[in-house]
Amino acid sequence: MSTNNLAETTAIETVAGVGTVDLAKSTVRDLNQALHDQHDEMNIQEWEVLNPKGHHNIAVGIDQKLKIDIRGPAGYYCAGMNKEAEVTIHGHTGQGVAENMMSGLVRVKGNASSAAAATAHGGLLVIEGDAGSRCGISMKGVDILVKGSVGHMSCFMGQAGVLAVCGDAGEALGDSLYEAHIYVKGSVKSLGADCIEKEMRAEHIEELTELFERAGVTDQDPRDFTRYGSARQLYTFKVDNAGAY
Amino acid sequence: MSEKRKYMTEPRESATFDRSTMSEIRRAADTGIYDIRGAGAKRKLPHFDDLLFLGASMSRYPLEGYREKCNTSVTLGNRFAKNPIELEIPVTIAGMSFGALSAYAKEALGRGASAVGTSTTTGDGGMTPEERGQSTKLVYQYLPSRYGMNPDDLRKADAIEVVLGQGAKPGGGGMLLGQKITDRVAQMRTLPKGVDQRSACRHPDWTGPDDLEIKIKELREITDWQVPIYIKVGATRTYYDVKLAVKAGADVIVVDGMQGGTAATQDVFIEHVGIPTMAAIPQAVQALQEMGMHRKVQLIVSGGIRNGADVAKCMALGADAVAIGTAAMVALGDNDPKWEEEYQKLGSTAGSYDDWHEGRDPAGISTQDPELMKRFDPIEGGRRLANYLRVLTLEAQTLARACGKNDLRNLEPEDLVALTVESAAMARVPLAGTSWIPGQQPF
Repeated sequence: MSTNNLAETTAIETVAGVGTVDLAKSTVRDLNQALHDQHDEMNIQEWEVLNPKGHHNIAVGIDQKLKIDIRGPAGYYCAGMNKEAEVTIHGHTGQGVAENMMSGLVRVKGNASSAAAATAHGGLLVIEGDAGSRCGISMKGVDILVKGSVGHMSCFMGQAGVLAVCGDAGEALGDSLYEAHIYVKGSVKSLGADCIEKEMRAEHIEELTELFERAGVTDQDPRDFTRYGSARQLYTFKVDNAGAY
Repeated sequence: MSEKRKYMTEPRESATFDRSTMSEIRRAADTGIYDIRGAGAKRKLPHFDDLLFLGASMSRYPLEGYREKCNTSVTLGNRFAKNPIELEIPVTIAGMSFGALSAYAKEALGRGASAVGTSTTTGDGGMTPEERGQSTKLVYQYLPSRYGMNPDDLRKADAIEVVLGQGAKPGGGGMLLGQKITDRVAQMRTLPKGVDQRSACRHPDWTGPDDLEIKIKELREITDWQVPIYIKVGATRTYYDVKLAVKAGADVIVVDGMQGGTAATQDVFIEHVGIPTMAAIPQAVQALQEMGMHRKVQLIVSGGIRNGADVAKCMALGADAVAIGTAAMVALGDNDPKWEEEYQKLGSTAGSYDDWHEGRDPAGISTQDPELMKRFDPIEGGRRLANYLRVLTLEAQTLARACGKNDLRNLEPEDLVALTVESAAMARVPLAGTSWIPGQQPF
């Protein structure tokens, strides 16, 4: 067992090149600072976080190609604003997982609470369980794959990117949608304002196939999904549409 | 003169249905849509003109106007941030977006503010290189829309302002109509070119002050606790909002009164939601004082600040600094009479032009039209803004010295009296010539 310089103050250990932070002994501040310090040093590329126990703001603001495994449930904003890193949460996660992600991969082995990948600009979020309400709210280019179901108001004001749901979707899916693409395999309780069902063409089959490959999903057939998108009727304000606002 | 006309009274305009009101009724009947405009409340409101300073005489000792120092610097954000912002003057530039303003106008704001050692603020739509390049102190707004929001810019900022609302439209989101969604604006906001952009009014990933506390910690974690975090609220239930903002962990609180401007929203919103700036300050200060946080969490006030007297009065009521938006635009050259002919063609007149959302600003400031933008020189605009900021500071110093204060922040409510009963009640200072503060003590 070796110990890096940070260990003197933050109880961070490195074992076989993997940095380990035990949040029963260290703080989230210690963890994030150690991860941010890799921006300059890049001497530990793989990390393991023990005893997350629902702490908020774990592994936020990472901007390097780190691989981070969080061994247990995480609280709010886990992997928020992620760039390039591959973060796996081996448990459930709280509100706003991968919010405003720019790139990289975040995988949730359990369920995710509301506002998953809110406003995220890029990267891929995979939720192996269910996602709560407003999944992909104001998404700006991220791709999201949910193997379970999503709650109400998902993809609200979605601007760009893909939301694929292998289960069902709640009320008001895609409300006030811009150009995000939505695919749902199961039922949709209701569509939001300006969101309509659209034809599933070859390029959409291809888009979903490619997404499944990136997400490591092998048990889904893109042809089983229905596509939803913007009717683009609310893009410019028309008094005739006042009832839709 | 005919016998009939001789006995006619002069036509009498209704105070209730005045010309402006009736023209709005006709406009609504013609179009079926509410009026959208920029700027802040135009109705007459109790304002800082209703307050007066009590200069020193026998019972107070004035400072020599031209020889004795009167400090204007202020430190913002030293509650938690490792690197608070040090301003040389207590007048900052409020958030105005690239999109609402041209890139040249944003550059000019940076040039002017930097010349006098104060900060500028981004706005909806993200940070432009022009703005970052010219602003030595730049506050990055974190808005519900998160347009253009990215962690790299967050880390480039000197402070982060979490925007919950603004005085022109507390409870409302931003609006940028299609005329101004050019290729560059669309790219920065990830929107289709030419759409009417309607920003969300609530943040997408938190609700309520307990969530906000976690969100603020996230922002601190991402920036390694380096920079101050402001919370900006539109003035409504200011006492409670300020208490909750302190609890949520703000370093600095920005309170924007209803005279504060906007690039675009419904006129009915601007004129009928919120409270005057003057009424909000005592509420904010009371909240801070009760929590033992006055001067520890700094208070920035905005909304209708026009001159050094307004600056001094805000500070006497307990603000640590003020922010200007509309006045900064006027200093740059907006609504200048030299464009009168063109304002007339737009159905307006210099001094009243507020259709900033249409993108046809003759002054080339609130536009994305390449030809109109060329009319505006960012170097000259920056020089004008710096001059104006210097005048605001000199005027505030003049009044502070007259009150015997060697620091603008030593001004206090005891230096003020009110001209009207309502301004006395709102500002919580005595009616001039009396010791009566309505609402605080019986007459």
